[in-house]
Amino acid sequence: MDKILGILTELRPEFDYTQSNDFIADGLLDSFDMISLVSELEEKFNVTIDALDIVPENFGGVEAIVNMIRKNGAEV
Amino acid sequence: MKTVFKKKKITGILGVLPATEVSFEDEVSNYNFPEKQTMRLKKIMGFEKHRVVKDTTASSDLCVAGLNHLLEKKLIDKGEIGAIVVVTTTPDHFIPHVSNIIHGNCDLSNDVICMDLNQGCAGFLQGLMQSFMLLEHLGNKKVVLFNVDTLSKKVSKQDRNSYPLIGDAAGITVVENDPNARDIHFNMYNDGGRREALIIPAGGSRLPSSAETAVMRDLDQDGNLRSLDNLKMDGSEVFTFVQTEVPPLIEETLKLADQDKEHIDWFLFHQPNKFMLKKLAEKLEVPYEKVPMNVVENFGNPSGSSIPIDIVHNLGSLVMDNQYNCCLAAFGSGLAWGAMTIELGRMDFCEMLISDY
Repeated sequence: MDKILGILTELRPEFDYTQSNDFIADGLLDSFDMISLVSELEEKFNVTIDALDIVPENFGGVEAIVNMIRKNGAEV
Repeated sequence: MKTVFKKKKITGILGVLPATEVSFEDEVSNYNFPEKQTMRLKKIMGFEKHRVVKDTTASSDLCVAGLNHLLEKKLIDKGEIGAIVVVTTTPDHFIPHVSNIIHGNCDLSNDVICMDLNQGCAGFLQGLMQSFMLLEHLGNKKVVLFNVDTLSKKVSKQDRNSYPLIGDAAGITVVENDPNARDIHFNMYNDGGRREALIIPAGGSRLPSSAETAVMRDLDQDGNLRSLDNLKMDGSEVFTFVQTEVPPLIEETLKLADQDKEHIDWFLFHQPNKFMLKKLAEKLEVPYEKVPMNVVENFGNPSGSSIPIDIVHNLGSLVMDNQYNCCLAAFGSGLAWGAMTIELGRMDFCEMLISDY
């Protein structure tokens, strides 16, 4: 969880991701941030994320991101 | 639509680029986003540099420069041309048509058929489909297919979602009948229900351009400034569309052609951005090396001419002497998506022209 929060904060340091229940609805991540985040997650967790998993529902919060990584076969 | 085109061949491709090359880094300050955040996209999306036409250039200028180049180098003779097909979303005018402007400026014979198709990123396949059908009626004459777009004039320079990736270019493809050509398996789909994923809201009969449509706004409150005269792309919707529709399209087309992925030498796809193409290759389980994905980083995404530019840039010298088993796929506005299997090789020419435009 902390590792993902660290990646998010590195991506958009102006936001506090611990204060949001929905990163997309609150404007903390846009579609290009999602792509940047996927690229970082693939590198940091040595995983290939299925293209069809790159949808806003999987980026709403840290738990959703963790579930997506696990679904694609990596340990978090 | 699924069909087979018989005894048709691509015998030459010329890519025509504008002279002006702009680097992504020089434009970062135009966007209303933190510089570090924008720069991160450089590597992921392949935003490096792109080609844009001068303010005074129209789409037909690239086409006329290219056709004159072919005529001067005797790579085609005027008397051989039976039809010219132009595919563009950025015509010089509503009337006259770009094909007629080319026809007049190159002084072609009055019995040459002129035809414009208003299609975008799937336009190379739609143009080839039309060209192959025309060849059925042209005997030994050739069809010259022009895919051209100058979308830099229709995309807001303050739209980080779209402007870094667009590129202006023309692709000129000569097709002709060839009794020895291998069958071309062709497969095309459309979904007009999702048409607004890529839209220029104003400028047509629905909403003519006016002072009001030219006002720059952050309509989606996403930090991108654009007017109703500018192209608007729903990036998430387009991404999901491509990843959902294109892999099964490829599988289906290969099945129609009774071929498997291992026997395809090159997957030559429309070039939206590097990330999308990498994800397509992964989904299809084909090696990245078989899917060229470097057009955006070198020239920008040239819309309907992306596949001709891809072929010239990556296979230019190779297709002069060799033959390759290729799978082409194009997808975009409409929404439209199509694929074909085709043998490419032993061309009369396959080269790039840097124009004065």
